[in-house]
Amino acid sequence: MSPLLQVKNVTKRYGGLTANNNISFDVAENEILSVIGPNGAGKSTLFKMISSFVPTTSGEVLYRGERISNNKPHIVARKGIVRTFQETTIFKSMTVRESVIVAQHLRAKASLAGYFWGSRAAKADVAAFGQYADELLEFLGMSEISSELASNLPQGNLRALGIAIGLATDPKVLLLDEPFAGMNHDETMRMVDLVRSVRDERGVTVLLVEHDMPAVMTISDRILVLNFGEKIAEGTPSEIQNNDKVIEAYLGSSDDEIGM
Amino acid sequence: MENITKRQLFNVGLFLFSIFIAVPLIISATGRWDFYFTLTSVALLAIASAGVWLTFYIGRINIGQGAFALIGAYVSAILVVKGGISFWISLPAAGIFAAIVAIFIGMLVLRLRGVYFAMITLVLTQVVTLTALALPITNGAKGISSIPLPSGVSLFGIPILPDFATMANTKLAFYYTACILMVLTYAALYRLVNSRLGHLCRSMQQNEELASSIGVNIAHIRIVIFAISSFFGGIGGAMFGSIAQSVYPSSFQVADSVNFMLNCFLGGLGYVFGPMLGTLVLYFGWDLLFELGKYQMLVYSIILIAVIRFLPNGLLSLQFGKGARK
Ligand SMILES: Nc1ncnc2c1ncn2[C@@H]1O[C@H](COP(=O)(O)OP(=O)(O)OP(=O)(O)O)[C@@H](O)[C@H]1O
Ligand SMILES: [Mg+2]
Repeated sequence: MSPLLQVKNVTKRYGGLTANNNISFDVAENEILSVIGPNGAGKSTLFKMISSFVPTTSGEVLYRGERISNNKPHIVARKGIVRTFQETTIFKSMTVRESVIVAQHLRAKASLAGYFWGSRAAKADVAAFGQYADELLEFLGMSEISSELASNLPQGNLRALGIAIGLATDPKVLLLDEPFAGMNHDETMRMVDLVRSVRDERGVTVLLVEHDMPAVMTISDRILVLNFGEKIAEGTPSEIQNNDKVIEAYLGSSDDEIGM
Repeated sequence: MENITKRQLFNVGLFLFSIFIAVPLIISATGRWDFYFTLTSVALLAIASAGVWLTFYIGRINIGQGAFALIGAYVSAILVVKGGISFWISLPAAGIFAAIVAIFIGMLVLRLRGVYFAMITLVLTQVVTLTALALPITNGAKGISSIPLPSGVSLFGIPILPDFATMANTKLAFYYTACILMVLTYAALYRLVNSRLGHLCRSMQQNEELASSIGVNIAHIRIVIFAISSFFGGIGGAMFGSIAQSVYPSSFQVADSVNFMLNCFLGGLGYVFGPMLGTLVLYFGWDLLFELGKYQMLVYSIILIAVIRFLPNGLLSLQFGKGARK
């Protein structure tokens, strides 16, 4: 079976700084792949290139054989490749439910004019969006906060809201940038289970960047390790835990979060 | 998602009663016929201001509505005077022409944000004024005068609209026309804001990156909104030209563009009906301060600054709670 996503010789330079150097890897359908590495290794940059938020300096990203890099973010999102953000990124004066409803707009069957005049198709859409929003929030265990204003949510819920917004678009590939940041151990383990069931029940392929090593080791089918913009290893969690280069990269940096 | 409460329905009914029945009664009782002209102007300026409010809704400060009002006024005048076309056809044509111009300009400048976009739109009014001075079809500085009043319209021999030139009270006719247009404009604006397009606008106003991550075509929506905004400008301008029966390059100036923007600030950017109230208050406020002579501008500015400082969400924030939307 050909891979769902192919990253081919991707390089990103910011002036003299090489954030990603000649990175290549494949992602299979229904896989959970984690990207790890010390701060500044180039993990977020890689995600931004896959989702076309920044152009590559060279190389390309293919989705089902079709090039998606160096494109516009909304076009890539419409193909089903959707990212979340490392920084808190929300619609601050919308409620949780409103955010999840607006994120479903790509599934609208009625036209914008239909919505304006209140056509039957538009009314059906509005009802379907509302129902799906409730289902999704229930699935994510966020029903109680569904009418909270996004700007009033605590940090842990903000992450979950980011994931909910991403999921509401009905993605094929979800790129999660540090989805467990700011969560305590219990919250993290609950989210790990959720991300797994997103893959199992909804057939979403998941790529994630994460610093929480126990979570990464539990959740990942495979792991990719970046250091100073270079790919230094790729393999299953147990392969990565025993890889000399990886151990060195983590011990050699001040960042010894890798709990292995 | 959108539930119109009984109270809102009552408010709308009260408003319609006031402008269509109460105001004409009061005017005929007091004999202040000059008020018709004032209130007609307010209604038309409120239409143009509605457009400016809509560009605020996508996070852009628009100080260029005077340009589109001027374009609309000229398009209508040229179609009526030189093309011999009915005013009632020239009116939508003026709006559509302004919208098309906005699409081309928007493709070039809507990527800019904040002060940069504001400055470009500020220059736009001046550019259109200079263009009107230079072009042969607009008659240069002489402008276009003696525009005939709107002619009657009949469909299959049934009269729908009367001929304004044969009417005893054209002031009242223009007042009603302007009010109907204003009501239609604000009804459309309310629908738009509460429909999917409005929700997408809110999403991009609050976070453009997140909006594009969920597949919103930001560039496209910005252009659609700017075109609609300018359509309102064109309609307002065309109607003004018809009432004044003339258009000059100075009919709409940079100061008018600034006023359209101030109307929105004053009324409240968070409220669909903000610009309407803002226009009324600003227009009458200026007139009331006329007695102050040379201090008029000074006092007026101080009051404006105070309002913006102490009521950052506009006048309507006094009546409605935070986030409430009539
Ligand atoms: N827009 C930019 N302009 C210049 N340099 C940038 C830009 N974005 C990222 N960089 C640099 O590229 C390198 C990689 O950044 P990136 O954000 O991808 O790291 P990261 O692996 O996600 O780190 P972290 O774990 O801290 O999130 C860093 O040195 C960063 O300073
Ligand atoms: Mg990062």
